Amino acid sequence: MTAPARTHFSPVLRLIHWAMALLVLIMLFIGVGMVSTTGEAYVSLLALHRPVGIAILGLALLRLAIRLKTGAPPLPRDLPAPQRLAAKASHLFLYAAMIGMPLIGWGMLSAGGYRVALSKSVALPPILPHDLPLYALLRTSHTVIALAFFALILVHLAAALTHGMIRRDGVMQSMTFGDARHERSAINDPDDTSLRPERIAILKID
Amino acid sequence: MTDPNRRKSLAPATFIAALVLTIVAAFAWTAGVIGPKRQSGGDVADALEYNGGGPHPGYRRAHAKGLCLDGTFVANGAGSQLSSAKVFRPGSYPVIGRFSVAGGNPLATDGRNVFHAVGLILRTPDGQEWRTAMDHTPIFPVADPQSFADLQYASWPDPKTGKPDPAKMKVFIAHHPETKAFQDYMMKALLPSSFANATYYSISAFRFTDGQGRTRFVRWQIVPDAQMMGLNKKALDSLPRDYLFREMIARTARGPSRWQLQLVVANAGDVTDKATVAWTGPHRTIDAGVLTVARVQPEEKGQCRDLNFDPTILPSGIAISDDPLLPARSKAYSTSFRRRAGEAPGHSAAAQDLGVKATVK
Repeated sequence: MTAPARTHFSPVLRLIHWAMALLVLIMLFIGVGMVSTTGEAYVSLLALHRPVGIAILGLALLRLAIRLKTGAPPLPRDLPAPQRLAAKASHLFLYAAMIGMPLIGWGMLSAGGYRVALSKSVALPPILPHDLPLYALLRTSHTVIALAFFALILVHLAAALTHGMIRRDGVMQSMTFGDARHERSAINDPDDTSLRPERIAILKID
Repeated sequence: MTDPNRRKSLAPATFIAALVLTIVAAFAWTAGVIGPKRQSGGDVADALEYNGGGPHPGYRRAHAKGLCLDGTFVANGAGSQLSSAKVFRPGSYPVIGRFSVAGGNPLATDGRNVFHAVGLILRTPDGQEWRTAMDHTPIFPVADPQSFADLQYASWPDPKTGKPDPAKMKVFIAHHPETKAFQDYMMKALLPSSFANATYYSISAFRFTDGQGRTRFVRWQIVPDAQMMGLNKKALDSLPRDYLFREMIARTARGPSRWQLQLVVANAGDVTDKATVAWTGPHRTIDAGVLTVARVQPEEKGQCRDLNFDPTILPSGIAISDDPLLPARSKAYSTSFRRRAGEAPGHSAAAQDLGVKATVK
């Protein structure tokens, strides 16, 4: 079959990706910021932290469903196997963190005997029993995973920009709204190893 | 040696590295790792642990010695003039709470001229909560959290004398006339002879918003039905270690104790962001209902031990004021809660008195 090659993630998924990129980054800053201070920012950031966290959980679940249904465009054929593995594994961990962090936060508040308040009048039901050792475990996990999540996001960002600015192989464009074709128009550039004939071939099949 | 690919990628690679480093730096600044020093919850908890002669694992870092209570709050509806909170609508609402005395030592003697306190959680059927932690004085010794931490260091009781180093306190007092005023008040004021005959105060002011959206500053207090009586301050050293706890347990076995919840509305010109300043003169005061404590139990048996009486957990219709103590208490309580949650809970003094076998969960 010679259907045109899949170059992009589904448009809805791309939209959610960028919305979540912003939300998750803001959320990580809110998180480390609020626990750093006894000032007024603690109370106001904490009030933001919970509803934004639940919004992220909702978006992440929706995104996972779309991702499982619509799949992903193929990675460049010339990408070395370890990098392919790193890409796949990092995406798995990113999804795990996007879904896991809000759930840990929710479970942690439940275990601490707190009302899981999204606002003063709206609260979620507890998902775990009131149990202090469990609270301690989840509270520590919430921090440790947040820091690992932040590091992974930076690696993800650096890798995406490397694909977009150095390799110019269309991987980054698979998540943007621009036309990916111009990235491959440099077909005659003999220096561009990412556009070797076999790489172009996979753009045609699929 | 000249690889054109490598040369061409140098500029974007530099850009990527610079971008990542900038984000890391912004993150570190936000987290307080770099940049100006700011006080964290850990700083306050450390100060409290220092003052208490080191950490007492498994206990609250402040008011470590406590007794669980439960009962009800029966609202008469009058509080709705000031706040749309459901808890002020006529009805009976369950209350759990904790009586305590100040300090980080869970087995300290009750014979000290320190805060007697009560923490309460009032719950309404819509799931909202009003958490409060009150002391038996209408004012607080310091106005801001940094001064609070400094006071913990300055007032560290030397184990040799049991008293703070007068030289250090002198330096602190010189910079904190409000602390001197508080000490003078404590010298003169009645030190309640029972948890049941003390008035407990909200300390800070809060914003109350009524059904019409009008906001007023309010302080509240619970005033006991029992006649206020004081301990003999000269004989505190001879008071049994758990005098107040035993007294409350015995008293409650005979019958419940009651308090009137009074809401005090700020006059124009009242200070609302400093808990060191009392409101004097006549004030519009509303009796909002009756708090009844029907049962007290050691922390091993009651519901209070594993809860955080964070005074910023408030229902709709009540919000915090600009008093800097409130966010700081919230954060410091949370840090204390996290620390003790990771430690096995310790035995309470009351359980020792009653011969209650401590259960870990």
